[in-house]
Amino acid sequence: MLSRADHDVTMVEAARSPGGARVDLLVVAEMVAPGAKVLDVGCGDGELLRLLAETRRVDGRGIELSREGVNECVAKGLAVVQGDADTDLSDYPNDAFDYVILSQTLQATRRPRVVVEHMLRIGRHGIVSFPNFGHWGIRLQLLLGGHMPRTDNLPYAWWDSPNIHFCTIKDFRQLCDVVGAKMEKAVALNAWGRALRLNAPWWFWNLFGEQAVFLLSRRG
Amino acid sequence: MNTIEADFSVAFDPTSRAREADYPRSLVVRFGPNQPLRLDAGVDLAPFQIAYQTYGVLNPERSNAVLICHALTGDQHVANIHPVTHKPGWWETMVGPGRPIDTERYFVICPNVLGACMGTTGPASTNPKTGMPWGLDFPVITIRDMVRAQAMLLDQLGIESLFSMAGGSMGGMQVLQWCSLYPRRVFSALPIATSTRHSAQNIAFHEVGRQAVMADPEWRHGRYFVEGTNPRRGLAVARMGAHITYLSDAALHRKFGRRFQDRENPTFSFDADFQVESYLRHQGSSFVERFDANSYLYLTRAMDYFDLAADCDGALANAFKDTPTRFCVISFTSDWLFPTSDSRAIVHALNAGGARVSFAEIVTDKGHDAFLLEEPELFAIVRGFLDGAAKARGIAPRGVALSGPQ
Repeated sequence: MLSRADHDVTMVEAARSPGGARVDLLVVAEMVAPGAKVLDVGCGDGELLRLLAETRRVDGRGIELSREGVNECVAKGLAVVQGDADTDLSDYPNDAFDYVILSQTLQATRRPRVVVEHMLRIGRHGIVSFPNFGHWGIRLQLLLGGHMPRTDNLPYAWWDSPNIHFCTIKDFRQLCDVVGAKMEKAVALNAWGRALRLNAPWWFWNLFGEQAVFLLSRRG
Repeated sequence: MNTIEADFSVAFDPTSRAREADYPRSLVVRFGPNQPLRLDAGVDLAPFQIAYQTYGVLNPERSNAVLICHALTGDQHVANIHPVTHKPGWWETMVGPGRPIDTERYFVICPNVLGACMGTTGPASTNPKTGMPWGLDFPVITIRDMVRAQAMLLDQLGIESLFSMAGGSMGGMQVLQWCSLYPRRVFSALPIATSTRHSAQNIAFHEVGRQAVMADPEWRHGRYFVEGTNPRRGLAVARMGAHITYLSDAALHRKFGRRFQDRENPTFSFDADFQVESYLRHQGSSFVERFDANSYLYLTRAMDYFDLAADCDGALANAFKDTPTRFCVISFTSDWLFPTSDSRAIVHALNAGGARVSFAEIVTDKGHDAFLLEEPELFAIVRGFLDGAAKARGIAPRGVALSGPQ
């Protein structure tokens, strides 16, 4: 396992954006180099792609499962295709993008490991953001409430949730080891969208981070 | 430029389709004997002509031209009253002032395809060697031949690069062929309800249509013009069969159900008891008034021969390798003639080629014909895609005055 000193950690100064954009999207956007070629897997209504185009001038593409999301994106002039992260990433050639982004997508895929492997193959960098299932509030709901946790970020009942593969920050780092991903940057956000202290140990992040954003690359 | 206005002073006989084929009420570019079109069949076509319509104004940079490619039975009259049927243009909901393809912003060109019968050279045109209609002496043409002819038209019009092009069905085939043949000339492209190859099922439907035409004794091996006959029954049956494939089970049921036509009870005869029968008969009979039977044979054949991957060593991705064109691929859920899986194959090939591609599937029960109909989601997508592309191309927004080199 990596120690805290093994990777560079970015501090997000402004927890709230003046423009009202979601903080986790701003964190992702800050990890993207200007002018890069980006694939957003699970791009929803295109909010991140639009943010990246405006603030980073990227050449952005998206994949989205829901037809409504896709049609909304295309009508906004974004280059988005209707597709499934689990099946359609294999169509993309190696190194086709500078960044492949899984923003709040990974937990909704059927085979997260395969998806992350494709991400690292297609992109020179991968960015993954996900809700941390190790957060104390979630642990507490399961421990004391005895039911599947529901939060503002994860509002679904278990029977109609699109999220089928939850993980903790600790779990995700394990996946990175398994697939040979190098962690270049990591940010954990607390419930108020504030980044956790840089020098906090991983267990602290895992307990108090409500969301996590990782910048990855292929090892070696 | 050897563009001529059609001579409107000559009285037009609506029953004479040959008249419209040679002297269309459209703009026409004529290519002389020294400008032959080398066809895939291995012969040179010369002289020949292309009839076309334009809407809007070409901007001084010549950067706002949009080429519309029509489908099998369409023509160049996209957004004006049709000179033969007197009906509105076939895509006037999509093309026009303030429409998604906004003629106050873009310069729209729509040529009649090679092999058709509304003024571009085809089997109904006069063969200069004989002074008679070409009939079956006309060489078999391909989608690629149509596209090469369109490129010659654009050369004549002084348009090096298209801002965009759009087409559904056979029109979409032309769009894809253009992007494969002349990638640097197409900035953005909208292939709609189409495919990179005609499926076995679609070839089969076309063959039934052709056999219906050829089984009509009035067809006379394609010499009906000369012999003074008209295979209208055969062509009508071909149209009726084809028309079913353009719709869907759900759409037919919604429109007609099992309702009777102008009667309470069945007549126990072979009259058109059912509304759906009456509707199809009307579709067939109105079609023969405006379309040439031999053109129907040639154009369906061109679609059958279309296989973009076969032209590129079997790998579709090669057709679009490193393409600079921005694509927006659109399909419809109830289209069983050019199903979403066909569009998805286009998208896969474009992704593999690193193209900038959007793909939307629109939910509708209207079948293949949905691309011609009132589909607000289609309009929103086309408008949004073109807006984004126009921004990237630096085309002035609507309202900023255009002044063209006239």
